[in-house]
Amino acid sequence: MKLGLASTTVLVAALSTTSLSADTLRLLTWGGYAPEDVIALFEAETGHTVEVTTSNNEEMIAKLRATNGGGFDLAQPSQDRIASAQEEFGIYKPLDMSMVDAAQFIPSMMEATAANTTYEGEVYGLPHVWGTSGLVVNTAEAGQVTDYTDLCDESVAGSVSYRLKRPTLIGFAYAMGLDPFAAYSDADAYQGILDEVEAALIECKPNVKTYWDGGDEIKNLLRSGEVVAAMAWDTGGWQLNADNADITFVAPEAGALGWIDTFVLPARGRADEAAYDWINFVMRPEIASMITNTAGNFTAAVDGDAEVSAELKARYQGSFDQAAIDNIKWYPPVPAGLEALEGATLDRINASN
Amino acid sequence: MTDRSKLGFYLLLMPLMLWLITLIILPHIGLFMVSISEKIGVREYETGLGNYAVFFNEPLYWRTFARTAFMSIFTTILTLVLGFPVAYYIAKLTRGRTKTTLFLMCLIPFWVSELVRTFGWMILLRETGVLSNFLQYTGVIGGPVEFLYNDGAIMVGLVYTSILFMIVPLVTTLDSLDDSLIEAGYDLGGSGYSIMREIVIPHATPGIVSGCIVVFMLSLGNYLTPILLGGKDSLWFTGLIYTQFITRFNWELGSAFGFLLLALSSTIVFLGLKLSRQSLTETMGR
Repeated sequence: MKLGLASTTVLVAALSTTSLSADTLRLLTWGGYAPEDVIALFEAETGHTVEVTTSNNEEMIAKLRATNGGGFDLAQPSQDRIASAQEEFGIYKPLDMSMVDAAQFIPSMMEATAANTTYEGEVYGLPHVWGTSGLVVNTAEAGQVTDYTDLCDESVAGSVSYRLKRPTLIGFAYAMGLDPFAAYSDADAYQGILDEVEAALIECKPNVKTYWDGGDEIKNLLRSGEVVAAMAWDTGGWQLNADNADITFVAPEAGALGWIDTFVLPARGRADEAAYDWINFVMRPEIASMITNTAGNFTAAVDGDAEVSAELKARYQGSFDQAAIDNIKWYPPVPAGLEALEGATLDRINASN
Repeated sequence: MTDRSKLGFYLLLMPLMLWLITLIILPHIGLFMVSISEKIGVREYETGLGNYAVFFNEPLYWRTFARTAFMSIFTTILTLVLGFPVAYYIAKLTRGRTKTTLFLMCLIPFWVSELVRTFGWMILLRETGVLSNFLQYTGVIGGPVEFLYNDGAIMVGLVYTSILFMIVPLVTTLDSLDDSLIEAGYDLGGSGYSIMREIVIPHATPGIVSGCIVVFMLSLGNYLTPILLGGKDSLWFTGLIYTQFITRFNWELGSAFGFLLLALSSTIVFLGLKLSRQSLTETMGR
């Protein structure tokens, strides 16, 4: 009995010491950004446990807004959606750069992200994964589709798909020779652009098979051949390319739209230390390569592409030559209130017959 | 009542009251407060009915609202027409084991989630799906046909999702109808049609009404089926609420929509009860 008591005491003591140094990291992220094997390595090394919730930009903000920034310790929204969300809802807290191993980040990306996620003099975001949206095309059947507006062409009627969301508006605007990002700060000029795009998208509506919602949905449509050209993410195109060599991602003539997903700390996160541990861990070159291999997108880690599979690199180079990379339109921060204008436009497109 | 039994009564009442107050009444009060606050700037709100005004001034919103209501009513009627014969067969024409088996077969699809059932329909109806391929194989159609992404597909999905909730109350009420009443009807020279009209349907009315209420509510409030099976023109009101809350960050308008949906469903159920001359206590109390 005495032995039992002693061993229980030891066990309790052991449990309490681990709980002092180890935290539970509640991570709000995108599918593929926290692969099982990376989590296992991280847990073994630090003793923290990781709970992953996968989501998208809008849902991340909505979830954090509902709890005033609680319930998660680290989130990964895109860099253009941070400053306005902070301004409107106050759901994040500023980063403590002394906790971050800055040498692991590609300097230009880190600076650009810092500039775009600064609100009232404080920096809120660190870059993690970047990628683009553009066109995924079945080149055997719709090789003529090289720009967003080609989706409205007679020759692909009934077998194209895109999302009814803001990237579609922006992509079409660029393909129509407009410059929506330059008009971000001028609501009237932006409304003018939206009106032109609205007319084009309403005219294009009969061409569309369905507006897709989820990544799996559009992949299924393309894989089955029901859709031959779509507006989608680069990774989706490269994944399909692995199964069917005809389908691949095409950087549109008007320019692919570039996004960077970041690390931000929710305002009421409880495990900041574990969050910084995770950031520093996943930005190591070998871990960054593992994430690129599952997520399909490259990271902002220095040498992060060293151990990326040769097939993925080949697909990336096939879609992007140097000119296409230079032509990527990177999302600037969305000013608060702009989404209301876009929302009204999207509603009218949706309602039109 | 003694003090003791009073205490027991209140203790038993507690879980129900807790559930009602914390999960239904309080959230609705919160939602209502949000719905009457208008956004005028960044982190600036003022009280007013502007969000409700937006609904009535924007044709898209009230058209979708009306569309959702009509399609839900149509779904309810269709479910009744399809469910009644099935329920009648199970309740009156089968006995013992067969009855249990048939009842179970109606139940089996509901062992998996609604999402899986809806994906099942997507596999059947899509252009490269089972139905299209079968019709091409039998030579009925020349090339692939898209059955998905239209209002018909939504209707099929909704009826399939809710038919069980029509069959169960119908079987229960039809079961309670004494067979000798039907026999007596035939003995007195009644035809099949007049017996159905004079004996079976009047007896089954409470079941029909409660089944219709449940099916109507399920269809009106359904999100998944219309979104997945519907096409580019197939708007559903719950989809609009989701968009306002999640992609537009406009909780104020979303809450107002939520309240309007609540008002709509309550009104239609009230009208339905008045038309069928039933009371809510009578239909739900059985």
